[in-house]
Amino acid sequence: MSSSATDTSIGLTKPDGWNRPPVIEPDGEGELLEVAMGPHHPSTHGVFRMDVALDGERVIRLKPVFGYLHRNHEKIAEGLSYLGSMPFTDRLDYICPLTNNWAYALAVEKLTGQEVPERAEYLRVILGELTRFQNHASAIGFLIQEMGASGTPLMYAFREREKILDLFESLTGARMMVNYMRFGGCRVDATPAWLDATRKVVAGLPGFTDEMDRLLSTNEILMARTQGVGILKPELAINAGITGPMLRASGVNYDIRKVDGYGIYNRFNFRVPLGDHWDVYDRYMIRLLEMRESIRILEQALKDIPGGPVMDPKAKIRGFRPKPGEAYGRIEAPKGELGFYLISDGGPNPYRYRIRPPSLINLTVLEDMALGENVADVVLIFGSVDIVLGEVDR
Amino acid sequence: MPGAGAEFVSNPSVSGQHSLRLEPTQAVAIAKFLRDEMQFDFLSNVTGVDWADKTVPEKVKVTRTVAKTVDGVEQPVEETVEETRTRVTPGYLEVVYHLYSVALKQGPLTIRMRTINRVDQVALPSLTPIWRSAEFQEREIFDLYGVVFTGHPDLRRLLMWDAFKDHPMRRDYVEPDDFEYEPTAHDDVLKRAQAQRSRDQGSATPATEDLSLGARAGNRDQLAKAGQ
Repeated sequence: MSSSATDTSIGLTKPDGWNRPPVIEPDGEGELLEVAMGPHHPSTHGVFRMDVALDGERVIRLKPVFGYLHRNHEKIAEGLSYLGSMPFTDRLDYICPLTNNWAYALAVEKLTGQEVPERAEYLRVILGELTRFQNHASAIGFLIQEMGASGTPLMYAFREREKILDLFESLTGARMMVNYMRFGGCRVDATPAWLDATRKVVAGLPGFTDEMDRLLSTNEILMARTQGVGILKPELAINAGITGPMLRASGVNYDIRKVDGYGIYNRFNFRVPLGDHWDVYDRYMIRLLEMRESIRILEQALKDIPGGPVMDPKAKIRGFRPKPGEAYGRIEAPKGELGFYLISDGGPNPYRYRIRPPSLINLTVLEDMALGENVADVVLIFGSVDIVLGEVDR
Repeated sequence: MPGAGAEFVSNPSVSGQHSLRLEPTQAVAIAKFLRDEMQFDFLSNVTGVDWADKTVPEKVKVTRTVAKTVDGVEQPVEETVEETRTRVTPGYLEVVYHLYSVALKQGPLTIRMRTINRVDQVALPSLTPIWRSAEFQEREIFDLYGVVFTGHPDLRRLLMWDAFKDHPMRRDYVEPDDFEYEPTAHDDVLKRAQAQRSRDQGSATPATEDLSLGARAGNRDQLAKAGQ
């Protein structure tokens, strides 16, 4: 962790309330202007509101308002069997349905002790990394779009994403609502033709990443708008539970793929990119670098994938009753730590089904990052968090 | 550990994630100790759980006097019978925290706290001053379960609107009856309207002054009266 010992040291030296957003006094003359950004604002990617108080152009206060997409998914899941909730997880973070499936399957496997066959683990890694790649590509596209570059970078990203979604469709039957993973494996096996098609797509990904890099990384406008904007200190990032690319852009070396090594991630050789300026530009750059690492993992997984079943034929996927108890399973989803916490009372339905949504918790520090910045930069800072409202409101 | 305010709770599941139950009065001190001394600097997940009142059937031996005919004469006789009675164990609300250590790359450590009951003694100390990540999650639990976190800097509803009265994630939550499609309430619709009105009045949370909802409630009363 790159931190100076003076004002960022954690623990007892901190005064009380150090992890609260600072109070900024208006210095201009005249009244504060209160603006409701959203719920229908092009930069919020959905229905989300920020109540902003402005002193001129400067942000004095920012309160996020949630709940426009709330459907109480957790309550619905208490009335369904364990398998019955699997299709619902697709609808949480609808950009990355496969990692949602994976996190839920992992939590149930922890609860029941179900083993996953080798080939299914490889398929999960391949699908998970493809998901991460297309999520980061579109997140970058959206971020640039909000800066005013309408179209071009986002359409480049979507062109590549569409190739990956085609792969998902030919394997699972759906582009986004995949409902693919099962407790103890995957629903259907991948054919050799699908694996060849995937290898072909993956072979094209480094070229696309280079293209995005050349197009954007040294772009003068992007650098001017994002460098030094929306700084998030590593200590606050850890304390506020920030995860995923945002945490690593703040220079904290914490990737659950490395820390937990869930699935078979400890077999792959990949690096964890870290930011050193903790700003919006770092968050953009971390995503680009993570795309390159995803390609490395994909190449290794596609080379090593073994034969065999993707599901134990004797495994019970419906109508099972886990022993009373509880389990918390988490994965490194593209947006951060996605966790599922399940309590079983011995019945066929979960007694409690809780989702730990990375998108919601990453918004905790939105106010801290935006205070004192210009209102135009709030859109960028918000875009650099990379959220999906389906997961924020659940 | 400061004091003895923590109790080990074993988890019979194969996941093997055991937990510590904290005494609410000492929870903040213990949380501070865990963060600063044990380096659990990262609070990942906060969950509310509603453990509803449970009715447990139990067999009790009861001695009672019954009139019986013995040798042709009716006289009182004492006899012991086994009766099945139901005993109600009071429920409580529980909040579960999952801690990790970024510095030591360890975890999870599960800690939990219980309220005294589900009705009026539902306050627990907030851990948001220790771990900021609890801020929105505790607001969500306040919203959906009705646990009141003392010491929370900004305790408002998170997902439901401010004038909403009930706590939807509770096990005994009844959805509001959507009877208002009837222009004049009568028969079944009137009964449902009255049932909903008594539920609204019996709700533990005090009514909030909100124009839109107030107007709807007034309308509902009028409808009910018109039906009578």
